[in-house]
Amino acid sequence: MPKPETVQSRLQAAFPGARVEVTDLTGTEDHLQALIVSPAFAGKTRVEQHQMVYEALGELMSGPIHALALTTRAS
Amino acid sequence: MGDDLRTRIEGLLQQHPVLLFMKGSKQFPACGFSSQVVQILKKEGVAFETFNILADDDMRQGLKEYSKWPTFPQLYVNGKLVGGCDIVTEMHHNGELAGVLKG
Repeated sequence: MPKPETVQSRLQAAFPGARVEVTDLTGTEDHLQALIVSPAFAGKTRVEQHQMVYEALGELMSGPIHALALTTRAS
Repeated sequence: MGDDLRTRIEGLLQQHPVLLFMKGSKQFPACGFSSQVVQILKKEGVAFETFNILADDDMRQGLKEYSKWPTFPQLYVNGKLVGGCDIVTEMHHNGELAGVLKG
């Protein structure tokens, strides 16, 4: 299971300068909540923004993380 | 992903203007998030089709790649991914979903 810190640093690396907050909702490291505020999201639909996040997380999404509640915005 | 699978996905999307890929069926959802989207579509009063990805692992894996979206449910309107449970719920509450469904 990925630690919230792992997800946090992965997102921080993918979205330089972004505000990233990852919370472990259940204390079991598989139901996470993430807030990402990045100028990279400007002009993108929510689906596109979330696709960018999923791409950054790559293999973490195909197993270790069961649920990720995402909030993304440009500013 | 193979061409066969891509053709199958695109065929389904063409056939059904409002299509929900979900865990379980409309009558018996197998997951709370899938169930929530079914309830929302019923409230929106729109005709919709569902596809149970638990019964078709090729489709389940293929869709993740097709849509660059790793989770289910996935709601498509007129062939376009609208979102998963979070986005659909938010759009239902702010009225955006009704507009998309009228398309």
